[in-house]
Amino acid sequence: MTDATSNPVHDWIAKSVSEHDVILFMKGVPEQPQCGFSAVTVQILDHLGVDFVGVNVLQNDQLRDGIKTFSDWPTIPQLYVKGEFIGGCDIVREMFQSGELKGMLSEQGLIEA
Amino acid sequence: MPMSQPDLEAALREGFPDATIEIEDLAGDGDHYKARIVSLAFKGLPRVRQHQLVYAALKGRMGGELHALALETSAPS
Repeated sequence: MTDATSNPVHDWIAKSVSEHDVILFMKGVPEQPQCGFSAVTVQILDHLGVDFVGVNVLQNDQLRDGIKTFSDWPTIPQLYVKGEFIGGCDIVREMFQSGELKGMLSEQGLIEA
Repeated sequence: MPMSQPDLEAALREGFPDATIEIEDLAGDGDHYKARIVSLAFKGLPRVRQHQLVYAALKGRMGGELHALALETSAPS
């Protein structure tokens, strides 16, 4: 996913995704998303009842750029589960609609089956 | 800065010469598209990798010139 570099933003992101089971890099905060794609992703996670940490990338330009290079993914939001990059809004929505997301989260013990 | 639908289609066509490509301009503003791409290049790849290939074909314009591109990618069945 990313090379070991001396990029402090990447280090911070790597630490964050390893410390939180479900973490969403988004525009705005979960209570008040500032982009429709972030809002949809938050709604899906809320609907599934999974605890997650939201990181507002708008607070910091280095973070906003850093998450894109860290994941090799040009857009926000970005969802990580147990340290693994799951995808952006489209993939999360597809996985939700197919039931795959719920299955994965319950397999990981993050929501009740 | 929006990207025209023909430009978008040309970039995708160049990246995926074998593909069936359908593009919808969702908002009519040249800035919110949906693309359905069916290409052998996606075969066996997880969705994240499939979308990364599309972003690579757009050569950095995604997230810049192009604000929103909803993607549906698959391999021919």
